[in-house]
Amino acid sequence: MTTAPAVEEATESAFLAAFDAAVAADSRIEPRDWMPDAYRATLVRQMAQHAHSEIIGMQPEANWITRAPSLRRKAILMAKVQDEAGHGLYLYSATETLGVGRDELLDKLHSGRQRYSSIFNYPTLTWADVGAIGWLVDGAAITNQVPLCRCSYGPYARAMIRICKEESFHQRQGYELLLTLSRGTAEQHAMAQDAVDRWWWPSLMMFGPPDEESGHSAQSMEWKIKRHSNDELRQRFVDICVPQAEILGLTLPDPDLRWNEERGSYDYGDIDWTEFQQVLRGNGPCNEQRISQRRQAHEDGAWVREAASAYAAKHEGGAR
Amino acid sequence: MSPATDWPLWEVFVRSRRGLSHSHAGSLHAPDATMALRQARDLYTRRGEGVSIWVVPSSQITASSPDEKDPFFEPAADKPYRHPTFYEIPEGVRHL
Ligand SMILES: [Fe+2]
Ligand SMILES: [Fe+2]
Repeated sequence: MTTAPAVEEATESAFLAAFDAAVAADSRIEPRDWMPDAYRATLVRQMAQHAHSEIIGMQPEANWITRAPSLRRKAILMAKVQDEAGHGLYLYSATETLGVGRDELLDKLHSGRQRYSSIFNYPTLTWADVGAIGWLVDGAAITNQVPLCRCSYGPYARAMIRICKEESFHQRQGYELLLTLSRGTAEQHAMAQDAVDRWWWPSLMMFGPPDEESGHSAQSMEWKIKRHSNDELRQRFVDICVPQAEILGLTLPDPDLRWNEERGSYDYGDIDWTEFQQVLRGNGPCNEQRISQRRQAHEDGAWVREAASAYAAKHEGGAR
Repeated sequence: MSPATDWPLWEVFVRSRRGLSHSHAGSLHAPDATMALRQARDLYTRRGEGVSIWVVPSSQITASSPDEKDPFFEPAADKPYRHPTFYEIPEGVRHL
């Protein structure tokens, strides 16, 4: 610093020019490349939140594993929940390439200093919720994640490609589950409808606040971390879901939902953003439970980690 | 409580089928090589994506420096005669 600040500044601007050129050329930024501090910080925040969402998202569905109505459904649900654990691990590894440690990330999740998606603060009240989550929550996640496969940060984009490949089974099993219920007895049909009624609006909120209120969006788009605006993706999701709901024989709980010939899209009603803010602030139905269960699982696993470390140390013998 | 970062980082390489080479799939933390292999199986081959896995401690990898990537690879840049398209062959010459 004291020696030649001017030289340093010159190198920094050369680095920045190289970074900007790489982003502009749709090339990827890799871990050891120079990158602006704010780019790194934005990625850490977004990727950590994404990783946390994958593993917290295991809880609402795991809630039904022991009560799945058949062995087939149980095996499917276990495979799905295991996939979400895998997604968390891909994303934690990718986040670590930015110089953050795994324990630091978990610590920030456990102490509430980093977030996870608000959607997982809603309870899974009936078996049909497993279907609604697969169809709507995983469906919304896919809509968000497909463009992330082209994200400017290489490790994030690669993790997303792997995740997107696995997600389509998640959505299809949910849809098939709901379809089976919808075409079943009157009670089963009502249960499916009730689940869709409860999960529809929170799923739309997964795309984040409306464009005019979304603070980070413009910069993220410029850096090509983000490729489409929140409202654009939300609209895409609504347009996909409406015909799918019709085939399910279920309705979406929005009286304002109708085809707009001019726009070639469906109009939809106003989203209750106060609810979103409340859940975000920690006042959702399950916020406390999700984090305390997560902490508990981490503490309960401590002896396994210790035993594995001890075993590794013992068998390393005189190697070190 | 032992944090996961006590465990070294391993790079995972997967051969997707016989006849292809191993390629980098990702990384994971594990206390030793045996555990790294098992976790790599669970993490990267849940749908039969591989027939063989290598795990390598990340600390054992030596990488070229990104800062000097252009000079480092320069020796290859000015040798177009290493490519078959460099040579002009009259039309009509076959099997060449
Ligand atoms: Fe996932
Ligand atoms: Fe999923």
